[in-house]
Amino acid sequence: MTDILFFVFAAVAAGGAFGVVLQKNPVGSLLFMVATLGSVAGIFVLFEAHFLAAIQVMVYAGAIMVLFLFVIMLLNLGHDYRRDLTRGLGMILAFGVTGLMAGLLARQFRGAEEGLSLAHVPGPEAMDALLAEKGAIGALAIPLFTDYMLAFELTGILLLVALVGAIAIAKRRA
Amino acid sequence: MLVEALVLSAILFVVGTFGVLVRRNAIIMFLCIELMLNAVNLSFVAFSRFMGIEGQIYVFFVMTVAAAEAAVGLAIIISIFRHYETVNVNNFNLLKW
Repeated sequence: MTDILFFVFAAVAAGGAFGVVLQKNPVGSLLFMVATLGSVAGIFVLFEAHFLAAIQVMVYAGAIMVLFLFVIMLLNLGHDYRRDLTRGLGMILAFGVTGLMAGLLARQFRGAEEGLSLAHVPGPEAMDALLAEKGAIGALAIPLFTDYMLAFELTGILLLVALVGAIAIAKRRA
Repeated sequence: MLVEALVLSAILFVVGTFGVLVRRNAIIMFLCIELMLNAVNLSFVAFSRFMGIEGQIYVFFVMTVAAAEAAVGLAIIISIFRHYETVNVNNFNLLKW
């Protein structure tokens, strides 16, 4: 059952990713992106990352995508169906870089099943025990507010800086 | 399921890279960058299933940085649009050699 769900979500995620790149209209791209983010959230659930699945849907598919849509509507780009592909050398470079990357990754994955040693790691059973003991949120929150406290506080400062910066950049008269 | 998730993550990352390189619409390039960030998040979560909760904490931070990046990036796009009346990056060649 889990495997079937995984492959369904994976197919939707990959298809949505291709849709984002191939769709001419920005709004269409955005809707494909929402499909991809939603299926990645589904895969998060299959990997027992329930809290991350929830914030993936709320923050990513909700807030960030609405921000993108808001900018598209604000700038009135929703009717734009012109092709906006790079030309000439840029296209050759794009295919070259992507092909090289795909080739290297494929080489990594060939024989990954044997090469991947999961003997010395805790494994899914330890994670299940941790989740059963502390709950899906507690397992994430306790290390976040103890070991990663400094990083967490710095993230807050980053968000404040981004907020002030975004308002300052968008408000300035050209 | 780990290897399948990593393969999916690689596919999403490569498609995102291809989109950034091929498309010239600044908003879609941004969407493709989000796609790449999400691909990395996916592999973090897949590994966290086997290696402990730390992977999920990194995903948490990546999501926060992605949100901040989207806010500032879209502000820059609005600012550029005011100046050039377009979001096609072919027209922004002031800093090109």
